[in-house]
Amino acid sequence: MDGILDLFLWLIFPYIALTIFVLGHAWRYMYDKFGWTSRSSQMYEGDILRWANPMFHFGILAVFLGHVMGLGIPKAWTDAVGVSEGMYHFMAISIGAIAGVFTIVGFIGLVYRRRFTKAVMGATTVMDKIMYLFLGVVILLGLMNTASQVVGEYNYREGVSIWFRSIFYFNPQPELMVGAPLSFQLHAITAIALFALWPFTRLVHVFTAPLGYVFRPYVLYRTRDAHEGSRARRRGWDKVDTIPRRR
Amino acid sequence: MRVMAQMAMVMNLDKCIGCHTCSVTCKQVWTNKSGAEHIWFNNVETRPGQGYPRTYEDQERWKGGWTLNKRGQLKLKAGGRLKNLATIFAAPYLPGIKDYYEPWTYDYENLTTAPAQQNMPVARPKSLLTGENTKVTGSSNWDDDLAGSVEHGHNDPILRKVSDKIKFEYEQAFMFYLPRICEHCLNPSCVASCPTGAIYKREEDGIVLVDQDRCRGWRQCVTGCPYKKMYFNHKTGKVEKCTFCYPRIEVGQPTICSETCVGRLRYLGLMLYDADRVLEAASTPDEHGLYEAQRSVFLDPNDPEVVREALAAGIPEDWIAAARRSPIWALINTYKVALPLHPEYRTMPMVWYIPPLSPVVDAVSETGEDGERQENLFAAIDRLRIPIEYLAELFTAGDTGPVDIVLRKLAAMRSYMRDINMGWETNESIAESVGMTGQEIKDMYRLLAIAKYEERYVIPPAHYEDAHKLENVATECSLDVDGGPGMGGMDVSFAEHPARGGGTAVPDRPEGVRINLLNWDGTGTPDGLFPDSTDASAPSGSVGGP
Repeated sequence: MDGILDLFLWLIFPYIALTIFVLGHAWRYMYDKFGWTSRSSQMYEGDILRWANPMFHFGILAVFLGHVMGLGIPKAWTDAVGVSEGMYHFMAISIGAIAGVFTIVGFIGLVYRRRFTKAVMGATTVMDKIMYLFLGVVILLGLMNTASQVVGEYNYREGVSIWFRSIFYFNPQPELMVGAPLSFQLHAITAIALFALWPFTRLVHVFTAPLGYVFRPYVLYRTRDAHEGSRARRRGWDKVDTIPRRR
Repeated sequence: MRVMAQMAMVMNLDKCIGCHTCSVTCKQVWTNKSGAEHIWFNNVETRPGQGYPRTYEDQERWKGGWTLNKRGQLKLKAGGRLKNLATIFAAPYLPGIKDYYEPWTYDYENLTTAPAQQNMPVARPKSLLTGENTKVTGSSNWDDDLAGSVEHGHNDPILRKVSDKIKFEYEQAFMFYLPRICEHCLNPSCVASCPTGAIYKREEDGIVLVDQDRCRGWRQCVTGCPYKKMYFNHKTGKVEKCTFCYPRIEVGQPTICSETCVGRLRYLGLMLYDADRVLEAASTPDEHGLYEAQRSVFLDPNDPEVVREALAAGIPEDWIAAARRSPIWALINTYKVALPLHPEYRTMPMVWYIPPLSPVVDAVSETGEDGERQENLFAAIDRLRIPIEYLAELFTAGDTGPVDIVLRKLAAMRSYMRDINMGWETNESIAESVGMTGQEIKDMYRLLAIAKYEERYVIPPAHYEDAHKLENVATECSLDVDGGPGMGGMDVSFAEHPARGGGTAVPDRPEGVRINLLNWDGTGTPDGLFPDSTDASAPSGSVGGP
């Protein structure tokens, strides 16, 4: 295998993507709070969305938790609490498969209504389309990987997972990905690309999931002073108020 | 006691002629933009009718507002916090665009580019959502003046409660107009429904606003608002709502809908209320008690104890003085002729209505009897149960008692003043029959019939004028971004009072650069529209009012 390409794919590219992901979100939050929304299309079409959207979202939340388990938690930890490899394997495949099927069926429903409901299609941006493509490929490859585990020999917890964590330790081990099966490699690359796209898509809404709602009082008061309102700007640095257009 | 000030409105429905000027001017100022076609911060409904969005008052379907749980505590009708979050991916009770209407335009180009042909070319309606030919089947006032009521009238959720026997036959129909804006409630269920916390009630004047930078478009507030006055902008993905024209209110001017109201039926003023007692009042077990419960939350600005507490709470002295002169206080509390819209939603709405007597007068006049005689009117109020029950469903959760009393007061005023205007002997017994004195009737008549601009709109300006003067910069609107509801903001010359023509002339305005017709009161010529040939050095300023 070409050493340079491997080095790029499993070492340089992840760090570029990570940088874009972090700085991109910071930039977007600073300059485009107004554009920070999921841009719901439920008003245009509700019948398919009603089942497809919760299916996709709850599915992908489960998939996310699965990835936290699989990629984030070292094998040694699960071994230490007495989870046998067989047990882990069974859990990962069964729950992973259910969550994956939910996600992909929901996703197909959502893409279908996006493509074939004229109003929804009309509200779809180029960035949306690119994002859907990457998201779809990532989900499909991920589901394939889960399925391959039923018969496959490859234990990702001894390869992909360690590589994934090594990125965040700043002690990367790209060689671990070189040895991974192709479908795992493709899943990882498309996912990394998706993370680089993330801040520039509607996916940003993930990071403003309103979990604080459970804890706050129902009725909120704010003084005029707490925000700009129609007040004059204070002396000093001018606020940059040119909101980038979305389309 | 925690005193708070609330900017509030009362509308006198007897004077509404259904001209939609308020809707049009409001639309021009706030929502004349792509993505906001269906958004009418102000709309005028013909009642009986389905309203806008259609059948919004049917809370069994739309789940707006609050309700009491088994322990008698307030909870959102659409469900608690966890249910709200659990249903965030597909809001279950959300009106679709079809419940408003599909926005459209016309293919005007075809009129000029069509080739010579046998038939006249037409401008076909095109959907603004799909770009395709469409059939226009509805809008915000599609059932104006009872249009189509034979077919759709039975869908009116209020009428269904009142009677299933009513016939929409021309000679039997009763009809009136109901202009609606956001209620700027004391216990707003939209604020409570917002998962992000982007909606807030302003501490100073109680105006409910959406922070466009914080709104994430989860749309739970659209469900939460029982009046369906939260609107989702399908282009920006954010929710917009009536702002009570806060940039105007802050400089002491009435809202656009009030300013341009042809019938002069709107009143604006402050109400002081005890914020500590709102929750308790909104939790009143009996729905019929909600009207009185809300009234009991209001504080008398003439009470020294209230004044002391208000000052302690940081309410400025001139605001307390304005609360004393407030026409809202007079109509709600002194004369008790204004009633809240749908108190049973338990949001403590702050745009109140004087119910219309005219359907009753019309009914009497049609029989050939004297429609202004007190006995005839009182008898008609007793007899015309369907209109009165209908009004009660709107304003008092179905309790006909308060509506009866208000209509009797209006009827008594009519008869009493007729005697004076005709030069006949005044009959004090008319006033006594509704528990008022002749002088009180005359005062109420003055407020309802001939009150001038300054009496109808008592709006103390916000207390930061000085900051503006110090830095001499234009007043800007934070919502003034592309696609935001501001869209252009307020011109600084807006700060001038158009009716009084008071204030100082706006300095340093280069002549002929900007023309603000909104600021023009119709007398003289608006500044900058025509080049000033006589004295080019004269400072340009607002045109003096009457």
